[in-house]
Amino acid sequence: MYKYDSYDQAMVDARVEEFRDQTRRRLDGTLSEEKFRPLRLQNGLYLQLHAYMLRVAVPYGTLNSAQMHVLADIADKYDRGYGHFTTRQNIQYNWIKLEDTPDILADLAKVEMHAIQTSGNCIRNISSDQFAGATADELIDPRPYAELLRQWSSFHPEFLTLPRKFKIAVIASQTDRAAMKLHDIGIRIVKNAEGEIGAAFYVGGGMGRTPMIAPLIREFVPLDQLITYSEACLRVYNRYGRRDNKYKARIKILVHELGADEYKRQVEEEFAHLLTLNIEPPIAELERIKAHFADPAFEAGASDALDLSDPDFALWVERNTLPHKQAGYTIANISLKPVGGIPGDASAGQIHLMAELAKTYSFDELRVTHAQNIVLPHVRKADLYTLWQKLDAAGLGTANLDTIEDIIACPGLDYCSLANARSIPVAQKIAQRFADNGQTGTLGELKLKISGCINACGHHHAGHIGILGVDKKGTENYQLLLGGSEGDDTSLGKITGPGFDEDGIVDAVEKATKVYLAQKQEGERFLDTYRRIGMDPFKEAIYA
Amino acid sequence: MLDYLRFREDDTPDVSAVTVDAFLDQTNAAAVRIEPGDDARQLLPHLEQLRLVEVNFPSFGDGRGYSSARILREAGYQGELRAVGDVAVDQLSHYRRCGFDSFFPDVPFNPEDAQAALDRWPYVYQAAADARAPIWKLRHGDQG
Ligand code: SF4
Repeated sequence: MYKYDSYDQAMVDARVEEFRDQTRRRLDGTLSEEKFRPLRLQNGLYLQLHAYMLRVAVPYGTLNSAQMHVLADIADKYDRGYGHFTTRQNIQYNWIKLEDTPDILADLAKVEMHAIQTSGNCIRNISSDQFAGATADELIDPRPYAELLRQWSSFHPEFLTLPRKFKIAVIASQTDRAAMKLHDIGIRIVKNAEGEIGAAFYVGGGMGRTPMIAPLIREFVPLDQLITYSEACLRVYNRYGRRDNKYKARIKILVHELGADEYKRQVEEEFAHLLTLNIEPPIAELERIKAHFADPAFEAGASDALDLSDPDFALWVERNTLPHKQAGYTIANISLKPVGGIPGDASAGQIHLMAELAKTYSFDELRVTHAQNIVLPHVRKADLYTLWQKLDAAGLGTANLDTIEDIIACPGLDYCSLANARSIPVAQKIAQRFADNGQTGTLGELKLKISGCINACGHHHAGHIGILGVDKKGTENYQLLLGGSEGDDTSLGKITGPGFDEDGIVDAVEKATKVYLAQKQEGERFLDTYRRIGMDPFKEAIYA
Repeated sequence: MLDYLRFREDDTPDVSAVTVDAFLDQTNAAAVRIEPGDDARQLLPHLEQLRLVEVNFPSFGDGRGYSSARILREAGYQGELRAVGDVAVDQLSHYRRCGFDSFFPDVPFNPEDAQAALDRWPYVYQAAADARAPIWKLRHGDQG
């Protein structure tokens, strides 16, 4: 994985000192909260319902064990012993004191981490495929491109006060595991007819109150123009994105209002101009970064044999592991969704343990997924049983990846000042319901996502089943959506009808799954059946 | 406290800035003031006659002025480029990178804060409108 050189380190250290200075001025009253707010936001510090929340960047979701240990230490020292992994592959702490924040950032900087641009109206942490470099189905590892973009977007002098936040995802496989088309810019690394590598740009996707799937703006940007093209996309947005209404300020609205063709025309014009200015890093820089992402030293001829005589282990292997590109290895997923737990939460002890296991069994590498789970990307099959036993003993062996129990939920009204309704208790009740009725396995792949308000941090639009918390005359109410997907077949869920209270929504979800089980044909997932039979049979059952 | 900051050797031009619309109508003014909604590219045919361009930041959060500044510098504008309005001291080095060479903020700067902000970044990651060599150039020399 990427290692800082002295330049990268100096930049992150400078940021720590900058924020230390800003915090001092806030605490001595020189800076008003109004003036301080945009500065702290650019360092991932939010003021929430009960305390400050700090969001730490995990660039493209990749971590080593030393970094993971520091994340655990921070949970212990400055929070209440927990960290919360987010849908943007980051980690958040919910109980932070302002005066501690500069020290936390300094601790992070020691292991090449930071909270730079994890919030605010700027280019956010770049996300990517959580299985990059390990999966059998990728063209190339997408992370070097993400790293190139990370450096370009960090402290970019022109783009620190955009109309709204700006999220970029980079992938390089046919299977889209990063919801790329639901980002402000989604980049897919592709090969053209001549066999050259380049980037396809999808611009103007997003969730929130007006979800949109990003249209393809350019099929092929050569690798030595990647930054220049990105700069053109951003400049058009910075100049013409709406600033009169924060709900219309995302780039998706600009692309939608101009039309994809007109937006593209403007970008191409700006691009032609920017190409004359030589703002592109040389290919040698990309090669330098790529060298950091070379394969670890896999053992040649490692055995693919697995002893599955322990049924609990067999179930975990079936549900939580995925094929690795290297024979004898597997991708192991650690579910942070134990039934009754808080989706994405891990205790300091668990974070330490995952770090140790990564060091021993996964070439010192971990990933954070946008489904709020952790991945050990390179595990030798011969080690898998031992690994699972250690996970299981720490409450980390839950076998429910991509099932209805593997719920994505935003923090909701338990923490978030914008929330209309609680997300976490609903997730807990649903997981409990299906654990109790024993249907989790029968239902197979079923992605359920919950947001506590229309801002859609829980990606409810993209869930096979989505739940949206709304405020109905002062009480918490939940709308049900069906048919969303974030994969290659990206689609947006549709609302079934009137909303439900907390218990009602759990019942409604169960009814929807019964319709699926009654109607499904051979090989169909919930989503496939929904697409074939449409909304009506579900509606009838849910509102009967 | 600093009422203004200026990074030019020449004298402050003794001209008053007109709006972009007025400028395009009369065309003999030597100073113009760009509001966030104005298109800086409309000025490009007239750069020769301009000695001062003011870019107004009515609020800190409206970043269109950064693009306006770079567009003017990229087109070769050599005159004074002045940030006015809600100019945030913490952003000074970013303004400089976009080509601003003078600052007339609504609220005077604390000189120490201003100096700290100007000296903040030991390196820069991107090529912009200033002369600083981006980190990739330092890493690879002139291959860039
Ligand atoms: S979706 Fe709403 S409630 Fe949930 S985290 Fe986002 S802003 Fe908060």
